[in-house]
Amino acid sequence: MTSILKNRLFWPAAILVVLLVINMFTSRQFVTVQDGHLFGTLIDILRNSAPLILVGLGMTLVISTGGIDLSVGSVMAISAAVACLLIQDLDDQNSVGPVLLIIGIAIVVSMLMGLWNGALVAIIGIQPIIATLILMVAGRGIAQLITDGQIINVQSGPYATIASGFFAALPVALLIAVAATVLILLLTRRTALGLLLESVGGSPTASRLAGIGARRITIMVYVVAGGLAGLAGLIYSANIKSADSISAGNLIELDAILAVVIGGTALVGGRFSIAGTVLGAVLIQTLAVTVVAVGIPSEANLLFKAVVVVALCLFQSPTLREKVFGRLTPRTARAEVPA
Amino acid sequence: MTTVDMTPVTDKGTPTNPRRRVYRPNAKYIPIIATLSLLAIMYSSGVANYENFGDPSVFVNLFRDNAVLLVVAVGMTFVILTGGIDLSVGAVISLTTVLTATLLKGGWPPLVVLPAVLILGALIGAGQGAVIHFFKVEPFIATLAGLFLARGTALTINQQSIPIRDDMWKAISEYRIVLAEGVVTKPIAIVAMLAVLIAAVTLAWTRFGRNVYAIGGNADSALLMGLPVGRTKIAVYTLSGFCAALGGVLFSINSTSGWALQGNGLELDAIAACVIGGVLLTGGSGYVWGTLLGVLVTGLIQTIINFQGDLNSAWTRIIVGVLLFAFIVLQRLVTRKAR
Repeated sequence: MTSILKNRLFWPAAILVVLLVINMFTSRQFVTVQDGHLFGTLIDILRNSAPLILVGLGMTLVISTGGIDLSVGSVMAISAAVACLLIQDLDDQNSVGPVLLIIGIAIVVSMLMGLWNGALVAIIGIQPIIATLILMVAGRGIAQLITDGQIINVQSGPYATIASGFFAALPVALLIAVAATVLILLLTRRTALGLLLESVGGSPTASRLAGIGARRITIMVYVVAGGLAGLAGLIYSANIKSADSISAGNLIELDAILAVVIGGTALVGGRFSIAGTVLGAVLIQTLAVTVVAVGIPSEANLLFKAVVVVALCLFQSPTLREKVFGRLTPRTARAEVPA
Repeated sequence: MTTVDMTPVTDKGTPTNPRRRVYRPNAKYIPIIATLSLLAIMYSSGVANYENFGDPSVFVNLFRDNAVLLVVAVGMTFVILTGGIDLSVGAVISLTTVLTATLLKGGWPPLVVLPAVLILGALIGAGQGAVIHFFKVEPFIATLAGLFLARGTALTINQQSIPIRDDMWKAISEYRIVLAEGVVTKPIAIVAMLAVLIAAVTLAWTRFGRNVYAIGGNADSALLMGLPVGRTKIAVYTLSGFCAALGGVLFSINSTSGWALQGNGLELDAIAACVIGGVLLTGGSGYVWGTLLGVLVTGLIQTIINFQGDLNSAWTRIIVGVLLFAFIVLQRLVTRKAR
C-alpha cells in the first residue's frame, strides 16, 4: 500500500480517476456505441488529448536530455500552414495519395525545424530554453507568411479523417497518439536508447567521455520533438479543417511541459516517464472538459490548472516531502516503541 | 609538496606596451555596444530611406509606445540577472488592467485603487519567489502557475473589455508633456524612464544590486559568502511582479480600459528585449541600459515596418527572431572568449 502511495504517479492518477467519475455523472453519454463507433465524453477526451499527447511525448524526450522545447506551438502552426497550403492547391482534395504525400512533407518540414533547434543546442551550445525561444518567436511569423495572414480552409476528406475519422470503432487521432506512444516506449525501453537519453540528461560531459554520442542524441530528440509537434499540428488543423497560424498550438508548450511535470519527469533531465506524460496530457484535457461539464465557466479552467500545478509541484518538491514525511516518520517510529 | 604561485594575477587584457595599446572594449560591454550600433544603424537607415523618419517625435514616440514593455522588461532584467525567469508578467498585466477597471467602475477612489493593484502585483511576485526559494520549484514552473492563476482570475472577473471613465485616469491619459517645439510625450513614458533610472541606480550602487549579480554568477558561492540569497531571490520576483503591475496600470492609462486578454505573450517580448540588450540568460551579467536598448530596437523594427507600409506585420516577429539568434550567438562567442 505504501509503495503505491509513494509512486509519483499516484496523485495524478487519483485526480484523473476522480475527474472521470465526476464526468460519468455529469455527462449524458459517457461511453456509448453509435453506428459501430464508440462515442461519448470519454472518447471525446481521449480524441482531443491526442495533439497534447504527441507534443508531450516529444517534450518528454527533450526534457530527459536536460533540454526544453518552447517552439512546439510554432512548429504546429507551420506544419498546419504548409499542409493546408499544399492541399488547397490540389486538383482533387479528396484523393488519398497526394494528401498522404503532403502530410509527409509537412512532417519533414517540422523535423527540419527540430533540426534547427537541435543544432543550436548541440553544436553552437546555446541554452535550450533560449535556442527554442528563437523559433517560438519567429515561427509564428513564418506560419503567417506561409498563409499570407489568412486562415486557409480546406475541404479534404482524407485530411479530415486524421482528426475526426474512426478506425475499428476508435478515433483515428487517438490511434495515432497510441501508435506514437507505443513506438517511443519500444524504442526507449526495449533498446539502449532510453538509457542513453537518461545518461545525456544526467551529465552530457560524462556521457561523452563514456563514448556516447551526446551531440547526436541531443539533435535527434529535437528532431523527433519537431516531427511529433508537426503531426499534432496536422491533427489540430484537420479537426477545424483549416490552418489558423495564430491560434494553432497557442500556449501548448506550457501545457506539454505541464504534462511532463505531472508525469513525474524532472525538468533538470535524467529519468523520464513516457506513461506519466500520457497520463498528464489526458489529465489536463479531462480537467478542461470537467470544468465545463460541472457548469463552471471555461475561463476558470486556467485557475484550476494553476491549482493543479502548484499542488503537484509542492507534492513533488523534495523539500516539502522531507518536511512533511520527515516529520511523520520519527513520530510513527516513536509510537512503535512501547514503553 | 604544494607550490604557491607567487606571481600576482594581472589583467591579461591590457597589452604591456603602451604604444601598441588600441582601444579594446571590456568583453562585458561588447553585447551592449553591438546593440547600440545596431540601433544607430537602424535609425540612420530609417532616416535615409523614409521621409519624416528623422523627425524627433518619431524617436520620442518610441518611449511612449513601448512604455509598458520597458517597465516589464526592467523587472524581468532583475529576475534574469539572478538566473531565473518570470513567465507571469503578461498575465499580471491583464489582471491589473481588469482589476483597475472593475474597481474604478465600482466607484473606488483612484488613489486607493492605484496602490492596491501595485501591492497585489508585488504580492503575486513575492508568492512565486517564496515557492521558488522555499520549495525549490523551478522558476519556469512556478511562474507558469502564476501565469495561469493571474490570467484565470482576470478572465473569471470579466472577459469583456471594460472601459475606464475615472476622471484621474482620463486626465493622466490625456495629459501631454511638451519636450520641445512639436515634440510631446505622455506621462507614461516619463514613468517608464524613471523606472529604468531607479533600476539602473539600484543595480549599480546598492547592496541589493550587487547581491543580484552575485547570485546570478553563482548562487552557491553567494550563499557561502553569507549573502542573503533567499531574501534577494524573493525580492527580485516581488520587484518583477510590481513592475508588471505598474506596466498594467500604464496599459490601463494608455487605453483607458481593462481587458483580460491584454498583454498576451508580453513575457516573451520582455525576455527577447533583455536578450537583445545583452542580459545573459544564465544570469550574472547584463545591464538595465542594455534592456532599454533592446526595447528600443524591437520598437524601432515595428516603426520601420509601419513606415514601409506594404510589409506584412508577421515580419516583426521574424526579424525579432533573427536578432535574437544573432545576439545569442554573439553572447555565446563573447562568454566563450572570456573564459
